[in-house]
Amino acid sequence: QGRPRVVVVGGGAGGATAARYIARDSKGAVDVTLVEPTRAYYSCFFSNLYIGGFRDYASIGHSYGALAANHGINVVHDWAVSVDRDKRSVGLAGGGSLSYDRLVLSPGIDFKDGSVPGWDLSQQNRMPHAYKAGSQTQLLKAQVEAMAQGGVYCMVAPPNPFRCPPGPYERISMVAHVLKETNPTAKILIVDPKAKFSKQGLFEDGWQRLYPGMIERIGPDFGGDKVEVRPASMEVVIDGEVNKVDVCNVIPAQQAGRIAAAAGITNDAGWAPVVAHTMQSRADENIHVLGDASHQGDMPKSGFSANSQAKVCAMAVRGALTGSKVYPARFSNTCWSLIGTDDGVKVGASYEATDEKIAKTDGFISKTGESAEVRKATYEESLGWYAAISDDIFS
Amino acid sequence: WSADAERGRALYAECKRCHQVGDGAAHRIGPHLNDIFGRPAGSLDSFRYSPAMKAAGAGGLVWTGAALDRFLAAPRATVPRSRMSYAGMKDGSDRADLLAWLRLSSGGGPDRPPAQPTVTPEEYGLDPQLLTIRGDPDYGAYLAGECTTCHRPDGGEEGIPSITGWPHDDFVIALQAYKRGKRVHPAMQLVAGRLSDEEIAALAAHFRRAGDQP
Ligand SMILES: Cc1cc2nc3c(=O)[nH]c(=O)nc-3n(C[C@H](O)[C@H](O)[C@H](O)COP(=O)(O)OP(=O)(O)OC[C@H]3O[C@@H](n4cnc5c(N)ncnc54)[C@H](O)[C@@H]3O)c2cc1C
Ligand code: HEC
Ligand code: HEC
Repeated sequence: QGRPRVVVVGGGAGGATAARYIARDSKGAVDVTLVEPTRAYYSCFFSNLYIGGFRDYASIGHSYGALAANHGINVVHDWAVSVDRDKRSVGLAGGGSLSYDRLVLSPGIDFKDGSVPGWDLSQQNRMPHAYKAGSQTQLLKAQVEAMAQGGVYCMVAPPNPFRCPPGPYERISMVAHVLKETNPTAKILIVDPKAKFSKQGLFEDGWQRLYPGMIERIGPDFGGDKVEVRPASMEVVIDGEVNKVDVCNVIPAQQAGRIAAAAGITNDAGWAPVVAHTMQSRADENIHVLGDASHQGDMPKSGFSANSQAKVCAMAVRGALTGSKVYPARFSNTCWSLIGTDDGVKVGASYEATDEKIAKTDGFISKTGESAEVRKATYEESLGWYAAISDDIFS
Repeated sequence: WSADAERGRALYAECKRCHQVGDGAAHRIGPHLNDIFGRPAGSLDSFRYSPAMKAAGAGGLVWTGAALDRFLAAPRATVPRSRMSYAGMKDGSDRADLLAWLRLSSGGGPDRPPAQPTVTPEEYGLDPQLLTIRGDPDYGAYLAGECTTCHRPDGGEEGIPSITGWPHDDFVIALQAYKRGKRVHPAMQLVAGRLSDEEIAALAAHFRRAGDQP
């Protein structure tokens, strides 16, 4: 009998971490294949800082070379298109298939068709989402920079649940930062189907201090949940009222990456329910689901969370395939957001596995009115975190 | 002692939690600083430096007074990716005073004072018994997954300090201080708050061992 085989689909925050930890800690006892179509991973985390001019594009890109060289991971650049759960094999778009003893799915998100009337993927150049990083992020940044003086940037924010709860609002901060410098009479309009959002008090306090009068948010009480877009004429219709805008950033409703549904392990809402102790799919114990695609309980969909879940998964997979010791699962998350220059805030929590879900045990959040030194230190922490987590995923 | 050196002794408080200097000084989080003047950077075989510090020494960096002055003003601008997590002493006259005291305490002369401990459990009101618990480094290796999301294994980044290769006691005292709210930092208090005393000892053993690997 050969070595046990693990196939990991998706080389992002969850999948690449899981592949790395399984290969590294099993010291060659497990055969690990990572399936990922792109040759360079551009992280969504810190992509807003790139839009704001605080990072360059190259600094948010990562390659898979070290995973192959340092840990012997077989990196296959292809799409997984099907999962045969009885035969335990994954079909690839390029034609071949890969058999597995354990399958790890970490495909991130896909958008829900029709969630914003008038928008579909064919319109993503006129109205970018920039919610999968890479060319979309570059496009949105270019559109912001090319906006006419006094123009309007509109964001159609997503309904819950979605990846990175503070992400849209950090993006607003970064766009405002750019416009304040280059286009101070421009306006920002947020059309939001949610009554509340993550770190709301911190963001609104920051917007008031740094970008007074620039940002307007229309919540569901004023029709933020009744929106339609017209990409051809660059119009946003809010509760029947037509608004002409210059840039329109549409972040649609989300669900697990399509391969999870293709594997038949998603719920009605489109996410894949998992067992908290091991991140195993509730529908198939040979499949683990990580990160944004999973329906796990209290953790926000973040890169930090995906990385944390991947370590629990890696331990469970090694335990099952090689008999290595399994310790109780524990998870944590911290999300930093940048509001303006040296003005960082954070929210964090710790979690444990219960039979029902990943349950929050404790947490903290930055406060309004913190000193400039505290905010700067928080921003600097986020730089240290980005460097560390990048190593923890890709080195 | 000159007045300057006396002021420098107080300023050394910023270094004391990582470095020992004087009679009986040993390596702690950082290398001992005895005979530092004229010493090539990264040159003590008994201390595990970062690759960056070793390379700086191999490239000819010698700790003259001027080199120390430049390094201490902005450590990572002088030695990028050094494991010394210290932001720098910005004021030039502070540095001059500090170096005056360092010259006195690091040389072999009769004035050399005895080395001071880097940290004691009493400073944080901790029970010294906590330092006697021995941890399982393999369990620590698993628990460390939670740490390496923020702390690079090789240390060496602004914003989040290096924690590899630390002496057992210094590591345990730091984590116990966060756990018990004697050191204040929301993320670290959250992380340490749910670690048991045995788990803290296990992490100390793991990160100590991780520091020995090249
Ligand atoms: C603007 C923005 C800002 C953010 N900021 C932060 C932050 O500051 N901190 C933080 O922790 N998180 C942040 N996030 C969230 C973070 O990016 C995600 O939560 C994280 O990337 C989730 O990891 P994942 O592994 O689930 O998915 P991803 O990282 O998206 O990885 C999925 C991978 O799977 C691949 N894939 C998909 N389908 C297939 C298939 N069929 N076959 C093969 N491969 C496939 C994709 O190409 C992709 O590389 C942010 C997100 C956004 C959009
Ligand atoms: C948080 C811990 C920490 C603090 C605070 C700190 N250092 Fe260091 N220091 C280190 C470490 C770790 C190294 C080894 C760096 C490396 O290998 O990259 C080091 C290296 C050095 C070196 C180079 C030694 C050699 O052998 O090449 C000198 C000199 C030095 N420190 C002086 C100081 C002085 C003076 C201060 C205070 C003003 C200070 N350090 C504060 C941890 C610290
Ligand atoms: C969310 C990010 C984050 C995580 C996760 C994290 N740390 Fe930290 N850690 C920090 C930051 C930021 C500091 C500096 C805090 C301060 O200034 O007191 C720190 C400080 C420390 C210190 C003291 C360093 C010094 O120079 O005094 C130790 C020791 C430490 N951490 C160990 C750990 C261990 C062990 C874990 C995992 C069990 C861990 N950390 C997890 C961010 C983190």
